[in-house]
Amino acid sequence: MKIEDKKRVLREMVLHRRFEERCYQAYIERKIGGFLHLYPGQEACCNGVMEAARPGHDYVITGYRDHVHAIKCGADPKAVMAELYGKETGSSKGRGGSMHIFDGDKRFMGGYALVGGPFPLAAGIAKAIQLKGGDEIAICFLGDAANNQGVFHETLNMAALWKLPVLFVCENNLYGIGTSIERSTAVVHQHKRVAAYNIPADECDGQDIEIVYEAARKAVDHVRSGNGPYFLELMTYRYRGHSMSDSRGYRSREEEELWKQRDPIFILRDRLIKDGAMTMADFEALEKETDAYIENEVIKFAEESPEPRVEDLEKYVFADRATQLPWLTGKAA
Amino acid sequence: MANIMYWEAIQRAHDEEMARDPLVICMGEDIGVAGGTYKATKGLYEKYGPLRVMDTPISEGGFTGLGIGASFLGVRPVIEIMSVNFAWLAMDQMFNSAAKVRYMSGGQLTAPCVFRSAGGAAHQLGAQHSARMEKVFMGIAGLRVVTPSNPKQAYGLLKSAIRCDDPVFINEHELMYNMKGEVPDGEYFHPLEGSEIARSGTDVTLFGYNISVHWCLKAAEILDKQYGISAEVVDLYSLSPLDRAGIKTSVSKTHRAVIAEEDEAPVGVGSEVIAIINEECFFELDAAPVRVHSALVPQPYNHTLEKAAIPDHEDVVKAVLKLFGKA
Ligand SMILES: Cc1ncc(C[n+]2csc(CCOP(=O)(O)OP(=O)(O)O)c2C)c(N)n1
Ligand SMILES: [Mg+2]
Repeated sequence: MKIEDKKRVLREMVLHRRFEERCYQAYIERKIGGFLHLYPGQEACCNGVMEAARPGHDYVITGYRDHVHAIKCGADPKAVMAELYGKETGSSKGRGGSMHIFDGDKRFMGGYALVGGPFPLAAGIAKAIQLKGGDEIAICFLGDAANNQGVFHETLNMAALWKLPVLFVCENNLYGIGTSIERSTAVVHQHKRVAAYNIPADECDGQDIEIVYEAARKAVDHVRSGNGPYFLELMTYRYRGHSMSDSRGYRSREEEELWKQRDPIFILRDRLIKDGAMTMADFEALEKETDAYIENEVIKFAEESPEPRVEDLEKYVFADRATQLPWLTGKAA
Repeated sequence: MANIMYWEAIQRAHDEEMARDPLVICMGEDIGVAGGTYKATKGLYEKYGPLRVMDTPISEGGFTGLGIGASFLGVRPVIEIMSVNFAWLAMDQMFNSAAKVRYMSGGQLTAPCVFRSAGGAAHQLGAQHSARMEKVFMGIAGLRVVTPSNPKQAYGLLKSAIRCDDPVFINEHELMYNMKGEVPDGEYFHPLEGSEIARSGTDVTLFGYNISVHWCLKAAEILDKQYGISAEVVDLYSLSPLDRAGIKTSVSKTHRAVIAEEDEAPVGVGSEVIAIINEECFFELDAAPVRVHSALVPQPYNHTLEKAAIPDHEDVVKAVLKLFGKA
C-alpha cells in the first residue's frame, strides 16, 4: 500500500472505531434500540478487502454487523447514525435499524439478520453482473459461524458451477455469539471447507491491514478477471460482546488482552510512525478530530432529525401503487 | 382465442417475456434440458440458452436466494419450485429477503421476482407431496400471492407478475397443467389484484380459488338444475391481497356464503374470507358462512382415505343445502 493510502485508511479506521464506540454509549443512553453488533477489533478486515476492491462500484453485502461495511462503501456516517436512532433521515429511513443498513447508490446491498442469508443473495448479485456483462464483483462479508448453514454449501456449489464473480470473505473471529468455533465446527480453518467445491481459498491474518490488502488483491483480481468465485478467510477478533447483552463469560480476559496487543489500528499507526509518516501527536490529534466530527456532526444530525411519520407506516411494503397499476388492475396508469 | 393447456399458457408467458426483455430469466430443477416437470418451460432452454434458463442443483434455499439477489439488480427471475412441498426450504429467502427488503431498506432495494410452484394434491402422492400451502404465503407482508384457475389466468397472471416490481408467488396445481381453456391471441395482462365472477347468481356466493373454482362451478350447475338455487361463483385468484370489495359486493347481493378450499381449514382462505365478511358486511348475512375444506391430516396414501380427506363439488353442494335447511 502507498503511504498516502495507509494514512487515509488509518483515518477511516479511527472513524470506524470511534463511531462504533459512540454507538455503544448511545445505546447505554437508550438512544439506540434493538440489537447492536459492534465491529471494534475487526477493522482491518473490511478496510483491507475494500482497499483492494472498488467501493461504490463493487456490490457489497453482509450480516448484521454492518455499520462499518456500509460506511466503507461510501454511506454517510450521519445517515447510518440516524438509522440507528430510528430517524426518517436514516439510511433505511428508520425502517431497518442497526442490522439493516442499506445504501443502494453506493452499492451497499445491505445488512441481513438471518445468519447465512446473504450467501445466495451475493451469488445472485454476481449472477446479475454476469448477465449484464459489467466488470463489478460481488463481495459477501460474513462470520465464521455462518458457514454452518446449509446455504453456505449450496451457494459455493452454484457459484463454482456457474463461475460467478463473487468473493466470499469470512471474518473468522472465533465465536458465533458465545460458542467458540472449536465447539461448533469440525474444521476450525474455514478455507479448508471450500476446497471441496474447487474454489480457490486462502487464509491470512486479519489484524494487519497490509496483509489483508495483499491477500485481497489476489482474491479480487481472480474474481474480476472472470475466473469465478474466491474464498478469503481472515483471522480476527471482536473486542466487545456479540451484541449488547453479552458479559463474555465464554472467553477469558487473558485471551482478549492477547488479541488487543495486535490491534489493527495500532499496527498501522505504529508502522506509519516508524516510517516517519506521522507522529504519536498526529495520531492523538486525529482521534480528537474524529471524536469532534462524530459529536458535532454525526450525533447532532441523528439527534435533530425527525422521526418517520406514523401515517407512513405502510409505505415501502410494496412498490408505489401508481407505478404498478397496469399489472395490479389490468388498466393502464 | 386459442384453446390451449394450462402448461402451454405458462410456457407462452415465459417465452414472450423472455423474448422482450433479456433480463427475464427462469430457473429451477429440471426446467431446462429436461423441459420442466410440468412442461411449463418447454423449449426455452433451446431458445434462450443456459445463462437464462438455469437448471439448478437441488438447493431450494440456495437457488431461490440466488434469484432474489439477482432481482436486486433488476433481473426478473421466474423461479420454479418443483412442488410446493419443497418451498419450505426456500421460505427463509422468500419471506426474510424478498418480501422484506424493500421495507427494511426504506424503499432502496426491491425484489421483482416471481416464484411459481405446483401445489395441491394430485393422486396418491402421500403426505410429503400433496400439501396445499396458500395459507402460509398469504400472510406475509410484502409478498403478493395469486393462483390461476384456468389457462387464461395462468398466462395473464404470470405476465403481470413478471412486470410487477413486487415479489409474487404463483400457486399452480398439479392436476391442472393439462386443463384446456381459451387464451387471448394478443398479449394479455391479468390483474394481480381483485376477483372475478366466474358465474353470476343471486341466492348464495360460492368462493373458490384455483382448483376449488371448478368444484364451485360444478356445484352451481347441480344446485341450479336439481334444487333451483342460483349460486354465484367468485374466483379469488388473488389471495394476497384478498379482494375485500369484491367479497362484500357479492355477499351483499346473495346474503349467503360458502368458501371452498383444498387446504385444511385452520388459518386459511376460508377463515380469512369469513373475517372479511364480518368486517365488511356482517349485517347483510342471512345465514352463517360455511367452509368446505380438507381434513386436518397429513395426506394419506390410500386412495379411499385420500378421497375422504379432500373435498369436491359434492361437498360444496351439501354445504349449500345445509345453509338452505335442505339437508
Ligand atoms: C438463522 C439464524 N440463526 C440464529 C441467529 C442468532 N445469531 C445471530 S448472530 C449469531 C452468530 C453468528 O456468528 P458469526 O457468523 O461467526 O458472525 P459474528 O457475529 O461472529 O460476526 C447467531 C447464532 C440468527 N440471527 N439467524
Ligand atoms: Mg464469528
